[in-house]
Amino acid sequence: MISIKSLQKVFQSSSGNVQAVDDVSLDIEKGEIFGVIGYSGAGKSTFIRLLNRLEDPTSGEIVIDDNDISKLRGKGLRKARQEIGMIYQHFNLLWSRTVKENIGFPLEIANVPKQEREQRVNELVDLVGLSGRENAYPSQLSGGQKQRVGIARALANKPKVLLCDEATSALDPETTDSILDLLTDINKKLGLTIILITHEMHVIRKISNRVAVMEEGRVVEQGDVLDVFRNPQQKVTKRFVEQVMGDRDQDDSLQEILTHYDSGHILKLHFVGEKTNQAVISEVAKQYDISINILQGKITQTQKGAYGTLVVHLTGEESVIQEAIQYISATSVKVEVNPDAS
Amino acid sequence: MLRSLFPNVKMADLMEATKETIYMTGVSVLGTFIFGIALGLLLYLTAKDGLWANKILNFIVATVVNVFRAIPFIILILLLFPFTEFLIGTIRGPNAALPALIIGASPFYGRMVEIALKEVDKGVIEAAKGMGAKTSTIIFKVLLPESMPALISGITVTAIALISYTAMAGVIGAGGLGDLAYLKGFQRWDFDVVLVSTILIVLIVFLFQFLGDYVSNKLDKR
Ligand SMILES: Nc1ncnc2c1ncn2[C@@H]1O[C@H](COP(=O)(O)OP(=O)(O)OP(=O)(O)O)[C@@H](O)[C@H]1O
Ligand SMILES: [Mg+2]
Repeated sequence: MISIKSLQKVFQSSSGNVQAVDDVSLDIEKGEIFGVIGYSGAGKSTFIRLLNRLEDPTSGEIVIDDNDISKLRGKGLRKARQEIGMIYQHFNLLWSRTVKENIGFPLEIANVPKQEREQRVNELVDLVGLSGRENAYPSQLSGGQKQRVGIARALANKPKVLLCDEATSALDPETTDSILDLLTDINKKLGLTIILITHEMHVIRKISNRVAVMEEGRVVEQGDVLDVFRNPQQKVTKRFVEQVMGDRDQDDSLQEILTHYDSGHILKLHFVGEKTNQAVISEVAKQYDISINILQGKITQTQKGAYGTLVVHLTGEESVIQEAIQYISATSVKVEVNPDAS
Repeated sequence: MLRSLFPNVKMADLMEATKETIYMTGVSVLGTFIFGIALGLLLYLTAKDGLWANKILNFIVATVVNVFRAIPFIILILLLFPFTEFLIGTIRGPNAALPALIIGASPFYGRMVEIALKEVDKGVIEAAKGMGAKTSTIIFKVLLPESMPALISGITVTAIALISYTAMAGVIGAGGLGDLAYLKGFQRWDFDVVLVSTILIVLIVFLFQFLGDYVSNKLDKR
């Protein structure tokens, strides 16, 4: 539904030109949550601001539902912007307006009649869980509540796309999770396409279906979140995956652990996707007369299921252990028996 | 008792002069509020990176503002006599003071408006733009409401300057408490009249200050 072709943005200044977005081409499907991740200065904000023309592209094409955004001007552009919601890191609410009035603002811009406006605002207040606070001013709200107002406001004109520019970067981890849950909820309930940019892999992991990694203005890697987690290609991507998985430290301690066990078997289990496998450990413990000792592990939940590794120590009768290994291998969990630490 | 303390003060004159001062201040504050906001918006919008960025227009407006701000008020009144006569038909009385008061105070206030507008969060303006707002919507629904407490404190400071301008205008025949103090007080050497006029002017200043602070605080929801 969103097709971006060879998008370029060059900022010209007296101290030289900055190529903030460099030949970016992406296709984003209807109803998906698409994440863009990159370090500071990678060009993420510039990229997302090109999508609603807060920045004008130097060249390239942005087509949203057959509407070429890059060529619009004046009234056509304003109309198109009403169909693209956006939320910001610093919320950007009008402090002089109450929660209700802030949410109603885009409806005023779209000339929605007063009565309809009020009804819509009430729906939105409910949707984002702010009932009871509708007459508060932004200064009386917490960061998380402010972002809820931002989300409600962005949804007011029933947009086709929601753009999120570091929407959770100013929030603490718990509030971040609640806002991400709300976004996932809205995505499911309304079938809304969401594009979000962040520098936190945690955010991508938690809600994205697909991800693009940006570096120096270019998209250096993209794909399903799970594929990227499993098989990161670029150095930046590996670093982002480590943000969540913390791989390097773990291998060190695995070496350490292996030296301590000489009886039984050590198994390294790789979980990739598919939520059903989460119960595999308890199933094995129930069905086979062996003891399972979890030594270490890191499992993370993505939109497509669990991803991560678990190192366990099995002791018991050798034949039963072999049966249990067979059982686990038959699921989609990959098993390494007596792994070396590398 | 008052009679013996202020033997030369005539109640009717005092009432009349007070009314004139309040009238001149009130109308000129209103005029300055409107013209000053217009000037301030023009300065703000035509500035570099503004919504109507325009180097030439910005330079012209800024120059006019600076020139008028540099002219001492008493000279501005004299300078404007022909214009006032053409506009009002006379150069005497409270109405004749209005053009000079408004023209004198608007550039001063306009600069304050510009500063107040610059304080409005760029992110909020951008958010409005992103929602598809027209420039006029941004002006009337974002810029002005978001800067209103600062605009009100600015007009309060300006109003107090205007009260002292009305007294100056009074000396050259505009009426009001300045006129009373000068003609009926100073020139006849009746200092009780000067004193009472002063007290009333100070009270009017306090009144405007109080009102301004009250409204500004009431509007400030930050
Ligand atoms: N208005 C501008 N004028 C000139 N250069 C700009 C402008 N906006 C951004 N840039 C430059 O473009 C590059 C990309 O900036 P951008 O804000 O898109 O990065 P980002 O990935 O969003 O970073 P962050 O995570 O810090 O927000 C930077 O080098 C920045 O200095
Ligand atoms: Mg950014």
